[in-house]
Amino acid sequence: MIWAVAAFLALGIFFGLVGNLGVLRFPDLYTRLHASAKCSTTTVVSVFIACMLLEGFSVLTGRIVVIALFFLLTGPVTAHIIGRRAWKRGVLPWRRRERRP
Amino acid sequence: MDVKLILDLAVYTLVGITALSVVRVVIGPTPEDRLIGLNLAASQVLAILVVLAVRQKQAIYLDVALVYAILGYIGILAVARHLEKGEPS
Repeated sequence: MIWAVAAFLALGIFFGLVGNLGVLRFPDLYTRLHASAKCSTTTVVSVFIACMLLEGFSVLTGRIVVIALFFLLTGPVTAHIIGRRAWKRGVLPWRRRERRP
Repeated sequence: MDVKLILDLAVYTLVGITALSVVRVVIGPTPEDRLIGLNLAASQVLAILVVLAVRQKQAIYLDVALVYAILGYIGILAVARHLEKGEPS
């Protein structure tokens, strides 16, 4: 059981590192938004699964389930709001440099 | 391996990752970039709070985490609405 907990925590940390690398390295707002949304959701869900495996069937597990449901509902909504706001403000997506005239 | 040692290592590593994601808040060219960095940092702080609650076996940290998630969501909504009103499009 403890190896499963450690594996899920390592998976969450890996997803967090990859998401931060994407947010720091990608050239555009929309690609950064893509990396941020996916990797934040997978990080939080992996860490929550590790905590639920460690805790078993108890009061803490029920509260963690409630927080996970709330986060799964509000994460994509936040990403959609940020992207829609940027698109309405007129931020153009990134193109490769050869295709520019 | 001890359980508390694993949870401590996870907390320290997540704190380091959160410090990395604050860099985008500082250097972001547009306000939406700063919002992306804030969203990422808020999700990782939520994970840190849940790991600390399981490590200390105190349920009060989970209440703090739930309120933090709700306030982060409402705060990002408010900042996006403020940007929509602040600049003429």
